[in-house]
Amino acid sequence: MSVRVQALLKSPWIFHLSTGSCNNCDIEILDCLTPRFDVERFGMLLAGSIRHADVLVVTGSASRKCIPRMKQIYEQMPKPCFVVAIGECALSRGMFIQSYNCPLPIDKIIPVDVYIPGCPPKPEAIIAGIMKLVKKTEEGLKNKQAV
Amino acid sequence: MIYIFVCYGFLLSAMMGLIASWVDRKLTARIQYRVGPPFFQPWFDLIKLSGKELLIPTTALRQVFLTAPVFGLASVILASTILWLNDLHASQSFVGDLIVVVYLLMIPSICIMIGGFASGNPLAGLGSSREMKLILSYELPFILAVLVPVIKSGYSLRLNDILAFQMQHGVMITSLSGFLAFLVCVLCIQAKLGLVPFDMPEAETEIVGGPLIEYSGICLAIFKLMKYMLLFVLPFFVIILFWGGWRLTGVHLWLGLLKYIIFILLVVVIRNTNPRVRVDQAMRFFWGTLTGLSSIAVLLAWIGK
Repeated sequence: MSVRVQALLKSPWIFHLSTGSCNNCDIEILDCLTPRFDVERFGMLLAGSIRHADVLVVTGSASRKCIPRMKQIYEQMPKPCFVVAIGECALSRGMFIQSYNCPLPIDKIIPVDVYIPGCPPKPEAIIAGIMKLVKKTEEGLKNKQAV
Repeated sequence: MIYIFVCYGFLLSAMMGLIASWVDRKLTARIQYRVGPPFFQPWFDLIKLSGKELLIPTTALRQVFLTAPVFGLASVILASTILWLNDLHASQSFVGDLIVVVYLLMIPSICIMIGGFASGNPLAGLGSSREMKLILSYELPFILAVLVPVIKSGYSLRLNDILAFQMQHGVMITSLSGFLAFLVCVLCIQAKLGLVPFDMPEAETEIVGGPLIEYSGICLAIFKLMKYMLLFVLPFFVIILFWGGWRLTGVHLWLGLLKYIIFILLVVVIRNTNPRVRVDQAMRFFWGTLTGLSSIAVLLAWIGK
């Protein structure tokens, strides 16, 4: 169990899902892959298919039409996996909190491991957030082994 | 035999292939002015993928979907075993092993194609049909180019005879026909490996991985390992045919390594300096230019140039 999670932390492949965002967060995620930030040095790759992915990166405020699709995407992702919510809309629906079209925040629909706030968050913040997830999981594994 | 099969055919070839794939990714990253992945990245990828859940789509043909990667990997291991056999136990190599290797090196592409069709995904089907067109286009010039060393070594279909001929008369690549055939082989191998500019079966940006789209977990790991091993086995085959092979004694060990590194650099540079072509462009290129070039090479070899 621990070996496969450790290997997963060394090569987390990312699948990017936008659930009705304004595209600002999406552009910042794509920025992470550019030469300036280069997440491939942490082994991260942008996977085209959800079946290759280990980390589901969700942006946007989860509109009514998107909720069943988001559930389906999460169920199609091979486990073990992580979910990262990026941007104010994904965290708490942001300015759409009163909207008829956004009934639930994302973490009430699928389990979220990391929240990265910002509107949009900087690429540095996104990378820092995902590295915090990696560190946290590694420490959790170590503590589990010690016990 | 079992020893060669496991240690050389599988383990050594897989190690070389994994290192080559790291070199490929690192060089690509440096060319794009990035830092690139750490050295053990391909190993981590494989361990991670084999620990993941294996999902089988309800639309898939279950048995074909699951066995396609195994057959692909097995044929690559067999091909590399036959190639290593020439170095280690030359007396045990057999007449016609050249033909067997050419066949075995075709099976991985066919397995990717069959796996894609079996997964029942329309995008995978599209990628598989592109893969089929690509196989049809590159096999003709590749086999014509492979004929050149056969003709030059006095119509021998044993790899060992071709190696022995090169030891006596100098390597094939120094003659005009050998050089032309070598060039054709390099471009065909680019297509066999499914790298840019001939990566339209997988085309991450348009059909999101093509035949591999529905694969996950251990099956995807086996396909990846197969591709990494091909990155070693195909250049090794061409080095044996045109460049005097790779003996594991003394200075020849390092010379062989140098040949292999030059080959990998060539593949990476072609990959990074070209855009992806369409299927029809690739077909025109392989059936027109390259078939013409390799036919000229065969004619030149026939008249002894």
